[in-house]
Amino acid sequence: MAQIFHRSINLYSKASIVAVVLLGGAAFAGLFAFERSPYITYQGVTKPQPVPFSHQHHVAGLGIDCRYCHTSVETSNYASIPPTKTCMNCHSQIWTNAALLEPVRESYRSGHSLVWSKLNDLPDYVYFNHSIHINKGVGCNTCHGPVDKMPLMYAANTLQMEWCLECHRAPEKFLRPRDQVFNMEYKQPTSDAPVTVDGKDYADQEALGKALVVKYHLRNTSDITSCSTCHR
Amino acid sequence: MAAENTKREDVCPGKKTTLGAKGLDLTAVREEIASTSGPEYWRSLEELAGSEEFRDMMHREFPKGSSEWLDSVSRRGFLQTMAASLALAGMTACTRQPLEQIVPYVRQPEDLIPGRPQFFASSAMLGGYASPVLVESHMGRPTKIEGNPEHPASLGAADIFAQASLLDMYDPDRSQTPVNLGQTRSWKNFVDQIRTRMAGQRAVDGEGLRLLTGPISSPTLVSQIQALLKVYPKAKWHQYSPLHRDSVLAGSMLAFGQAVETQYRLENADVILSLDADFLAPTFPGSARYTHDYASRRNPDAAMNRLYVVESVPSPTGVKAEHRLSLRASEVEGFARNLAASLGLGGTADNSRFLRAVADDLKAHAGSSVVIVGDQQSPEVHALAHAINAHLGNVGKTVVYTDTVVASATDQTASLRELTQDLREKKVDVLVILGANPVYDAPVDLNFADALMNSGAGLRLHHGLYQDETAELCQWHVNAAHALEAWSDGRAYDGSACLVQPLIAPLYDGKSAHELVAALMGQSTLTGYEIVRAYWQGQTKSPDFEAFWRKAVHDGFVAGTAYPAKAVSLKSLPPSKAAVTADASAIEVSFRGDPAIYDGAFANNGWMQELPKPMSKMTWDNPAWIGPAFAAREKLKSEDIVTLEIAGRKVDVPVWIQAGHPDHAITVFLGYGRRRVGRVGTGAGFDLYKVRSSDASWRAAGKITRLAQTYKLASTQGYQTIETSFETSPGVMGTRPVIREGSLAEYKKNPNFAREMEEAPERNVTLYPNVDYSDPSYNKLGYAWGMTVDLGACVGCNACMIACHSENNIPVVGKAQVVVGRHMHWLRVDAYYQGDRDNPSANFQPVPCMQCENAPCELVCPVGATVHSTEGLNDMVYNRCIGTRYCSNNCPYKVRRFNFLLYQDWETPQFKMMRNPDVSIRSRGVMEKCTYCVQRISVARIDSEREERAVRDGEIQTACQQACPSNAIVFGNVNDPQSKVSKLKAQARNYSMLAELNTRPRTTYLAEVRNPNPELEHAERG
Repeated sequence: MAQIFHRSINLYSKASIVAVVLLGGAAFAGLFAFERSPYITYQGVTKPQPVPFSHQHHVAGLGIDCRYCHTSVETSNYASIPPTKTCMNCHSQIWTNAALLEPVRESYRSGHSLVWSKLNDLPDYVYFNHSIHINKGVGCNTCHGPVDKMPLMYAANTLQMEWCLECHRAPEKFLRPRDQVFNMEYKQPTSDAPVTVDGKDYADQEALGKALVVKYHLRNTSDITSCSTCHR
Repeated sequence: MAAENTKREDVCPGKKTTLGAKGLDLTAVREEIASTSGPEYWRSLEELAGSEEFRDMMHREFPKGSSEWLDSVSRRGFLQTMAASLALAGMTACTRQPLEQIVPYVRQPEDLIPGRPQFFASSAMLGGYASPVLVESHMGRPTKIEGNPEHPASLGAADIFAQASLLDMYDPDRSQTPVNLGQTRSWKNFVDQIRTRMAGQRAVDGEGLRLLTGPISSPTLVSQIQALLKVYPKAKWHQYSPLHRDSVLAGSMLAFGQAVETQYRLENADVILSLDADFLAPTFPGSARYTHDYASRRNPDAAMNRLYVVESVPSPTGVKAEHRLSLRASEVEGFARNLAASLGLGGTADNSRFLRAVADDLKAHAGSSVVIVGDQQSPEVHALAHAINAHLGNVGKTVVYTDTVVASATDQTASLRELTQDLREKKVDVLVILGANPVYDAPVDLNFADALMNSGAGLRLHHGLYQDETAELCQWHVNAAHALEAWSDGRAYDGSACLVQPLIAPLYDGKSAHELVAALMGQSTLTGYEIVRAYWQGQTKSPDFEAFWRKAVHDGFVAGTAYPAKAVSLKSLPPSKAAVTADASAIEVSFRGDPAIYDGAFANNGWMQELPKPMSKMTWDNPAWIGPAFAAREKLKSEDIVTLEIAGRKVDVPVWIQAGHPDHAITVFLGYGRRRVGRVGTGAGFDLYKVRSSDASWRAAGKITRLAQTYKLASTQGYQTIETSFETSPGVMGTRPVIREGSLAEYKKNPNFAREMEEAPERNVTLYPNVDYSDPSYNKLGYAWGMTVDLGACVGCNACMIACHSENNIPVVGKAQVVVGRHMHWLRVDAYYQGDRDNPSANFQPVPCMQCENAPCELVCPVGATVHSTEGLNDMVYNRCIGTRYCSNNCPYKVRRFNFLLYQDWETPQFKMMRNPDVSIRSRGVMEKCTYCVQRISVARIDSEREERAVRDGEIQTACQQACPSNAIVFGNVNDPQSKVSKLKAQARNYSMLAELNTRPRTTYLAEVRNPNPELEHAERG
C-alpha cells in the first residue's frame, strides 16, 4: 500500500511538536509577564485625581513631613488621606484664589469629600498595617518610592505578594534606623557613607540590617511569613 | 454520583463495625451500653435509636445531598457552562484590580483614627429591660454589639438579643418612610395631620385618646407620657406585650399586696430550686448576671451550688440541673404547695422522694438557698415561692425585693382587654400604638384586628421598625428609629438607669418614640437628644450637669440609680384553688416565647432565624414539642403535622419529639407565622397566637389530631456528629468520650477522672513535624494561643454563636440550605443528652475550630490554603482555597464550613456597612472556619510590639469569650504558665476531645462536675 503522507510530513510533524512546545512556553511566559505588567499592577501609572497634587512640591520643595498629612501612619493600619481641613490649613492663607484648588475650597464649603483615586491598592483580603512597618524601621520610600520626586503620584512598586515577600523573607536587606524612616533622602550605608546606630558605624546594609533586626525585636521570618500575618 | 457515594462508603473504615451496615441490632446495643461504665451520650433521638439515617450522617463530612446541585440542569446546559469555564480558566489569574476610591473626611472628628474602631456605651432593650452594651464603630458605622463590662447587669457579656439587634438596624426590609393609607408621606405631613387631631382631643380632655405601648422602663418616656396624660387627663395609657409578666405581678400582689421586682443573688445561693424558671436563658430578665453568678459557683475546687429544677418545658436550665423533675405545668403548683407544707408553712405534705430531698436540702441551707419561679407559672406559685423564701430567711441574702423596673406595672392582658372594649364601644378617636404589634400578637379571643377596623377611630397611628400586621390596619404608620439611631434610656433588671446612645444618624430618617410623643404634644421640632437630656437635667441635683451628663453618656448608665432593696411584709398564703376536673382526653398545652425570635420581634433577623435553638437545635421554625412517651403512644413522629385545637380554635403545626418533655402535654412557641415583616421572616413557621386566648396566656387544654402530612424541619442536632465509636482491637468496639462528666464525690476521689477516660499518645509518637512552639528560633515572641471551654459553666445560651456571626461576617444561608447541612456557623453549641429520654440531663459543648497542633486538615490541602502559623494557629487562607473540601473531609471535629453557593450578600448596601472590615468576606467555593479571631490577635500583637512589651494576659478576648455570660470560654497564651488559660489547662478536669487521635487540639475542655444530692443520686432523676 502506498504511503498516505509524503516524507516531508515527518519534518513538519517534528517541527510542529517543537512549535507547540515553544508557543505554549511563550504563551505561558507571556501570561506571566502580562500579570506583572503595569497594565495589571498599575505600577508607575498615574490615575485621574480631583486635584493634581504634587508630592514633589510639598515634600521636596516645602519640606513638609509625611506625618503632617498622613497622621495615623504611626498608630493605625491606615496612613490615612488628610481631610480637606488639612489642605485648608495652608490654602486658606496661600494660593487662595488658584483655580487648581477650587475643588478643595468647594469641598470645604459644601462639606462634600474630595474623592481621590487609590494608587497603592492592595487586594481586600490583604490586611496591611502601616504602624508596625514604620515602627520596625521600614522607610516610607522603601515601598512608596521617591515620592519627593513625583509631581503626580503613582505606585512605585507592584504590591504583589512576591514583592512583599522579598522583604518578609529577608527584612535585613531593607531596614533603616527608626529616625530615618521619614527621611526621603536616606541612602543605604556604603563604606563611603556609613550609617551610625547607637554610636556604631555600619558600612553595609547587611550588617546594619542584622543589627536592626535584633535592636527592633523583629519576629523571625517564619513568623512573618505565616499566612495569618496578612490574610484572615 | 450515587455510584460514587456507595463506593466511598464502602471504604469508610467506620462502617466496619459490629453495628453492621444492614441495620441495627437493638439488643446488642443495649447490652453494649449496659456493659460499659459511665454515662452514655446522645445528641438526637435518632442517634439514641441508632437509626440507619443517623449513622449515614455520621460517616459524612456533610449530610447527604449537600454536595449535589439539586436544581435540574440539562446536560446540554451543563456542557455549555463547562466549556465556557474551561476557556476562561486560564485567564483567572489576570484580574486587574478595579479602580478604588478614597473618600477622606472634610473635617475629621476628634479622637477618630481611621482604621481603629471606637466603642460607645449604649443599651439594648428587650421586654422593657435594658441590657448595657458597648457598640463597636468603624468610622461611624456600628459593626458589633458587646456587653458593657462596667455595668453589673452585663459584666461584659451580651445576650443573643442585644447582639443580634445590630442586624435589625441594617435590615433593608425596615420601614423607611411614614405611610398614610399606603402612600409614602413625610414627617411634616404627619405632624400637620396629628396637630389637628390632637387639637380636637384637647377640647374633650383627651377622652378619645388611647396610647398602646409595649412594656416601658424608660424614665424619659414615662415622664413624657405622664406629661401627656396631664394635658389630656381623660386619655388612657395601655401596655401590652405578648410575653407579659402578669403572673409575676399578680404573685407579688398576692404575697405582699404591692408590686415588687424580685432580684436574686445567686452568688450567695448554695441550693437553687427553679419552679419552671429558665433563669439561664436570655429571655429571663437579668439572665446575663444570673448566669455569671450561677456559673461562678460551679467550680468543684470551691464551694459548689446545687440546682434542682421542676419544669414543664425542657430548658437549658433544666438539663443543667443536678436533679430535674419533669411535671406538666399544672402540676407545678401542687409541688410548690407540698413543698411549702413540708417546710412547715401549713397544709399537709404529700411527699415524694424528690420533694423530701429538696425540702431537706432547702432547710439545711436556710438563708443560702433560693426558689425561683418562671414567668409562665400561676400567681399562686409565685406567692408560694415568696413565702418559702421568706420562711427560709433568704430575703436580703439571696432574694432582694425592689420597685418594679417596668413603669406603672399593670396587668397587661387586662389592659389590652380594656382597650379592645373601648374600641368596640367606639370610644376611641385617636389610637397611638408605639412599638407594639397587637394585630399579630394580641390574644385571639379579643379579636383585636376586628375591633380596630370597626372602631371608627379617626386616627390609628402605628410607630414601629416594620410596616407590620398592625401598620397595615392603621391609617398612619411612622417609621421608627432603631435603638442604634436614637437617644433614649431604660432601666436594667436592677433598676439602674441606662442610656441609649445613637451610633449613626437614622438611615431612613426614622423618629424615636420620644420624638413621636413630643409631636403629640405639639413639640415636633424637639430632637430625641434634647428630650432625654432635658429629662436628666431635671433629675440631677449636681451643680455641674455637663460633667454628670458626659460621665453618664460615657459610662452608658447613671451611677447610683440601681433600686435599693425594699422591705416587704408577707400576707397569708394564697388559698388553694378547687382542683379543676380536667377533661381526660385533653392535652395540656403550654405557650412559650421563642428562644430566638422572642415574641416575633426578631422574625426578620436572619442571624436569629438560623440560630439553632438551645434544646432542639431547630432553625427557621417553631414545631410543637411533645414527649417521647406521648409520641410513642400517639404514633407521632417528628415532622408529622397535627391539628391543635384549643377551645374550638384550630391551627396546624408540625411536632418535634423533645427528650425530657412531660407526657400528655404539648408545648408551642410563639413568634412565628408572621404575615408582614420582611423577606426573612414572612411566612416562616406557624402562628400559634391563633389559638392563644386572654384567659389562658400560658396554659390551655387542647386536643390534637394527626394529619396525614409531614413538614420538613431544619434541625442541626444530628449534623456534624462526631464519630465516637471505634475499633480498639479487631472486633472490639470502644467509645471515645467526647463529653466527660462526674459527680463531685467522684471528682474528690479521683480528680483526674476526665483525663483517664482516654489515652493520649506520647508526644513523640507522630508522623507530623513535632514543632516546639516555645522555641524562639521558630516562634520569636513565644505566643502559643489556646482556649479552654468549661463544660460545667456553659449553659447553652448561644451568645457565643451570635458573637461569632457578627465578628466574622458569617453569612445566613436560609432554611433550604440548613436542611441539606450547609449552615455556616463557625462555632456550634452541641447538646449531648444522657440518661432517660423522658427526663435526660444534658451537657452543652461549644465547638469552635480546635486549632490542632497536628492538624489533619492541613496535610490534605492540595493548594496550601490551610497551614500552620508559628503561634500554632491553623490559618485559613481564603484567597488560596479552591474548594476541594478535602480538609473538611479530614476534620474529625467537623468544624469546617463550606460556601456551597454564594451565601454572602455582596450587593445590599446596608449589609456592606454592617460588616467587620477586619475580616475577609468569603465568596462561593471557599472553605471557612474559626481562627480564634485572628484579627483581634493581630491588633493586640501589633500594639504590644509597638509599645515594646508582651501581650498581656486577657488583652485578647475572642468574640465568643467576650460574649459568654458564664466565663466558660477562656483564651490566652498557653506558653505562659501564669496565664489564666494555662492555669485552667493545668487543672485535673482539663481534657482534649478525641485525644486518642493525637491531633493535639489547642482548644480543650474542662469536664463537667455536678453536685448531686446523695439522697437522690442513685434514684431515677426525679
